[in-house]
Amino acid sequence: MNELVQINNLTKIYEKEKLALDHMNLTIPRGRIIGLLGPNGSGKTTLIKLISGLLVATEGEVLVNGSRPGPETKAAVSYLPERTYFQGGMQVKELIAYFTDFYKDFRPERAKQMLANLNIDENARLKTLSKGTKEKVQLIMVMSRDAQLYILDEPIAGVDPAARDYILKTIISNYNENATVLISTHLISDIEKILDEVVFIRNGRVILQDTVENIRERRGKSVDSYFREVFAC
Amino acid sequence: MAWNLDSDRPIYTQILEEIQLRVITGQYKAGTKIPSVRELAAEAGVNPNTMQKALVELERNGLVMAQRTSGRIVTEDMKMIEETRNKIARDQINDFIDKMLKLGFQKEEIITLIKQAGGEA
Repeated sequence: MNELVQINNLTKIYEKEKLALDHMNLTIPRGRIIGLLGPNGSGKTTLIKLISGLLVATEGEVLVNGSRPGPETKAAVSYLPERTYFQGGMQVKELIAYFTDFYKDFRPERAKQMLANLNIDENARLKTLSKGTKEKVQLIMVMSRDAQLYILDEPIAGVDPAARDYILKTIISNYNENATVLISTHLISDIEKILDEVVFIRNGRVILQDTVENIRERRGKSVDSYFREVFAC
Repeated sequence: MAWNLDSDRPIYTQILEEIQLRVITGQYKAGTKIPSVRELAAEAGVNPNTMQKALVELERNGLVMAQRTSGRIVTEDMKMIEETRNKIARDQINDFIDKMLKLGFQKEEIITLIKQAGGEA
């Protein structure tokens, strides 16, 4: 079977001058939870948007299941953007109906269960929810699909530590063994225990791809400490 | 999260130690089923593949056994559980002795100190 995501020589230049991705090569296997880590402006979000098919590459290619981004690959990818895109006037239950209509692989019962666990009222309108609760709702929607690739851009930044734990547990218990979860974050110490491997990127290039256990074993330190060392300012 | 894991040691080793401890202390009783990989991973807040790897290692040691239907049970071999317990005790003692030697104590002094702490000397 081919790799879930194959990235070859991928380059993205914004407005003919800002080089965001620089001939990047990366393979993302199936069945892993992967951390995409890098300082601000290293190209994480650009990479994610290219895999999700929201941006077009300047050069090189992204292949998801062997195909270039299009309707077919979008059906296999569940993407949590950094910012919310839901209409504030919508009720949570309307959002569930919307996702059920939109995605064949959406499991409304799973979403409802998670909302109940977090005591989120399905009748509430999104604009009445706190920032953290809105983020939780959004993540629940994304994780309630049976996708092959979940891409989470800063999924835990705005939520309290207890909810963070719940979200991490949600990620662990919802993903199936053939799916991959790609998580971009700055909060490394909070998530490194749930990761199989990490990809460090800097200036639009991959500078390291290794398992969390290898890093801890060989360097005798956490991924968080190692990141601070590699990217020390 | 429920399990207290150090940030600078491999997670796999720490999970292994925790499950061994649970068997030795009887939290997971001999011959009974232990939770699934997914349940344990969620409880510990760790990657399921890492948890799987640790359980396979415990299987290899014989402390837990895979069942034909599904899941894993703790061995019924009390001798093996006892041996695991003794091995952990020896490791702890060796660690302790290493630290004491580094502090400049001789073996006899260390033994005397232990006896004192135990109220025997």
